[in-house]
Amino acid sequence: MLIKSYRKNHLTEADVTDEKVFTDRRKILKSMGFIGAGSLLANSASAGFLDFFTGSDEADSQQKAAGKVRPLEFSKAEADGQHLTSEDKVTSYNNFYEFGLSKSDPKANAQGFVTDPWKLEIAGEVDNPITLDLDDLYAIGLEERIYRLRCVEAWSMVIPWIGFSLSELIKKASPNSKAKYVAFETLHDPQQMPGQRNRFFGGGIQYPYVEGLRLDEAMNPLAFMAMGVYGKTLPPQNGAPIRLIVPWKYGFKSIKSIVKISLTEQRPATSWNIAAAHEYGFYANVNPKVDHPRWSQATERRITSGGLGSDRRIRTEMFNGYGEEVASLYTGLDLTKHY
Amino acid sequence: MFLNWLKPNTIQAPHIIGLKTLIHVVSLYLLISTYYLALTGDIGGDPVQTLTHFTGIGAFNLLILTLCVSPLARYLRQGQLLRVRRLIGLYAFVYAACHLYVYVAYDLIYDWTLLVNEIIDRPYITVGFSALLILLALTVTSLPALMRKMGKRWKHLHNLIYVAAILVGIHFLWSVKSDIVEPTLYLGIVAVLLVLRYEKLARYWRR
Repeated sequence: MLIKSYRKNHLTEADVTDEKVFTDRRKILKSMGFIGAGSLLANSASAGFLDFFTGSDEADSQQKAAGKVRPLEFSKAEADGQHLTSEDKVTSYNNFYEFGLSKSDPKANAQGFVTDPWKLEIAGEVDNPITLDLDDLYAIGLEERIYRLRCVEAWSMVIPWIGFSLSELIKKASPNSKAKYVAFETLHDPQQMPGQRNRFFGGGIQYPYVEGLRLDEAMNPLAFMAMGVYGKTLPPQNGAPIRLIVPWKYGFKSIKSIVKISLTEQRPATSWNIAAAHEYGFYANVNPKVDHPRWSQATERRITSGGLGSDRRIRTEMFNGYGEEVASLYTGLDLTKHY
Repeated sequence: MFLNWLKPNTIQAPHIIGLKTLIHVVSLYLLISTYYLALTGDIGGDPVQTLTHFTGIGAFNLLILTLCVSPLARYLRQGQLLRVRRLIGLYAFVYAACHLYVYVAYDLIYDWTLLVNEIIDRPYITVGFSALLILLALTVTSLPALMRKMGKRWKHLHNLIYVAAILVGIHFLWSVKSDIVEPTLYLGIVAVLLVLRYEKLARYWRR
């Protein structure tokens, strides 16, 4: 079983990440006149222009973000020898189309996103429909899990999430005998999410973003609800205040900023499947043998830390290496057809 | 028209030298400074994707700029302008070659087998690679001596730039997940530039 016993106060690599070095280096570069050009060249062109006129730069927005995130109390994961992706990459390379299509857009556009107060409703085929606020969610008790995240775009990260098993949340609502699937829904708030306001900005996705799991998948101990990362609450661009993490499936299954969880009898619709059914299936299990039309899934680029040339190309493992825990969920299912 | 304040053939040799210098400085400065920022890790999130997009879009912009030169020269009645066309075209190839280099070196991390498979299996990479081969052929044959030597065949070969522009547009469109707005705009620009050459292309077609 991957879930090991969790020891308190065990040192992880998160503890040695020194944000100050990163921030200072930006300042030095800025004083040399490099940042201006960089901001204009990077694909966050709009943010670059704004920064240019307001005289702010990313270091400031980092501080703003730091003002929003706060430290969490949780039981730490054992360091398991995997090289973590650096915190600044985890929090600045995001697919969150509600805040823009480029990977750097969410960090630039989501800093004003209001994630407190927040309500998460659990409804549908349950005996005890409930709505939880942030305090209720924190009260479930937080633990750290270091998971590999494999994106369908053939890159991957290793990330120390903080949260609790999805099963604990679902149990609170007591699913009834009709419940076969679990449907998730992201907040729909075009006021705050520019991607939902404008279909040109939103990349042709139907909003709100929806995802789903089979109930037995959702009850697997690995399925996780994250409320924090790197020892702190989730930054908005990573799906604050609460998001799903399904480490054996491609990243797009791990829906962000969830407001509603419904237990259903029928298989729920899922956003990328609606957008392009021949490219993205309901299951979306990491599978090196089934290629996406646009990416070979046999290998992946592991993003760790450091600049250009520090990534490695590694072989992708079936179920992202979590087969021991989850393979039994799919006995008898043709994973080539049910991709 | 609003641009007619420029008298015919105002742009002369000294201007062309200045313009060429500007093209060198801007193209090289953007390329080198972006690469430098990516190397130092200060380009945000993932330097690999940033560099891939920068070199890709940069190559497409330069290719489009190349195709703008002759309509612009004709419209402004500035024949000398044509003298900068080859240089811009060469930089389009340089950016495109960097685009492939970034993909091979930093995304595939020199997995050559994977590269070959991807060129064959992924239609968007197939068309992108084909376009790069065309640009390579045009670059190699861009020397004036070769141009004279090849005569008519040189013209035929270099008309392939229109094919390359279409292929690059398709490469861009097929490479995105669902956000097709920008690639569609680019394809629209390519279409306009081809329509401007309607007579030439129609003549070519009939032959």
